[in-house]
Amino acid sequence: MTLLSIPKEKAKDWIEGICFFILGFIGALIVGWFLFPMALYSEHTQPIDFNHAIHLENVEGDTLTEKCLYCHEFYEDGTFAGIPRIEKCEDCHDPESPMGDSLEEKKFLTKYQAQEKEIPWYHYYRQPPCVYFPHISHVKMAKIACKTCHGDHGTSELLPVYQENRISGYSRNIWGKHISGYKEHTWDRMKMDDCAECHTKKGHEEFNSCFTCHK
Amino acid sequence: MKHEHNKPLHRYGMVIDLDKCTGCGTCVVACASENNVSVRPDESDKKRFISWMQLYMITNGKEYPYTEVCYIPRPCMHCEEDGHGNPHPPCVSVCVATATRVDINTGIVSQIPTRCIGCRYCQAACPYHARYFNWWDAYFPKGKGLERYLSPEVSVRMRGVVEKCTFCHHRYMRAKRKAEAEGRRELKEEEYITACTEACPAGAITFGDLNNPKHKVSQLIKSDRAFRLLERLNTKPKVYYLSSKEWVRRMADNYLPEELKPVKPLALRR
Repeated sequence: MTLLSIPKEKAKDWIEGICFFILGFIGALIVGWFLFPMALYSEHTQPIDFNHAIHLENVEGDTLTEKCLYCHEFYEDGTFAGIPRIEKCEDCHDPESPMGDSLEEKKFLTKYQAQEKEIPWYHYYRQPPCVYFPHISHVKMAKIACKTCHGDHGTSELLPVYQENRISGYSRNIWGKHISGYKEHTWDRMKMDDCAECHTKKGHEEFNSCFTCHK
Repeated sequence: MKHEHNKPLHRYGMVIDLDKCTGCGTCVVACASENNVSVRPDESDKKRFISWMQLYMITNGKEYPYTEVCYIPRPCMHCEEDGHGNPHPPCVSVCVATATRVDINTGIVSQIPTRCIGCRYCQAACPYHARYFNWWDAYFPKGKGLERYLSPEVSVRMRGVVEKCTFCHHRYMRAKRKAEAEGRRELKEEEYITACTEACPAGAITFGDLNNPKHKVSQLIKSDRAFRLLERLNTKPKVYYLSSKEWVRRMADNYLPEELKPVKPLALRR
């Protein structure tokens, strides 16, 4: 029975029904794609509002990647420092003579450096414990710039809000910015398929072996 | 079912000299602490315990003074074939979750606990009993400080998954990372060895790349004394054993009388 063959008095019911279905569908999408993620992720602001742009101007290095590596360094055994400890900050920051008059620097000097306490940063890109990711293979051997995967994070003046999945405890940057699975940038999502996608694209299918990234 | 399979670049393998092995069990302990192997309140429950490196004792069954004893340390054999000529180990062909594969770079049989669904089919397929099932979540006695000794390089397994020896694959990654920091892509022979190899006080275990003729393992496997466990199953393990005792070699794989190649006595070989 097509819509046209329905008697006039019943057609109204049908149109109403279809409208309700469309409204309900859109409503469900709004709940699922916008309201649910808001409930799923808890938001945290970083302990210090770190300004990457200012630091980038003041560190040595010819290329952008070399400048990043000044603080986010590699150790001798090839391990990656990640977010540096306050020892690294102390190379430049001296409590006697602050480098600027910013409140954030004062906070660092009084709250953390004076008490010799590590800053409890939230890690945007911390992978689950079953994942192994060697930065050295990507940065040194494959010569991939930091910017390729982390975007403008290194030149930003403000740190983004850290969003943590309330169920799994992982960062939203790992889990995916868009719940629909849509991905615009490398830094939107860093899951297994994203590793494999890039390996395949670059012609390194041998690195799609399970043990390359799992431990 | 035949998988597309390329020959691995490296074929890491192990040679265990049973003439040198004293059965002290250091390899078992070293392995367990290296790989965050969980313990049970009752470790004597041998049906449920986990030991990636298992130590077996065999005797020739004769009465004193002719009794002889031999200890056989048994890691995962990292087989190359399933016994029917297919280029994957018995455990890999049965895995329904693709949780275990032959690593294309190293030839090591990988086991991904987070991928495993715990059906235990691989455990049934493995002729060497090298796979263990986690009946409980990983347990480390509280207040003993054991959890502080956990290695961050190996993930702790949850209940309901199978685990096994990985030839300390994280050590391979560690060696590779260091080589890359020095600008090299190839590893030196001594850079990547397993925890059991390093720990063995008798120096009975040798580890290296079987594809590289310069490595000591590829020379040792050509010895008269070399054999593999259950060789007649044709799973082509990458773990070799050395023994000059005929009864040991016979017990390792019930040979028919004409099958066993005799080993020349030590005095004649020199």
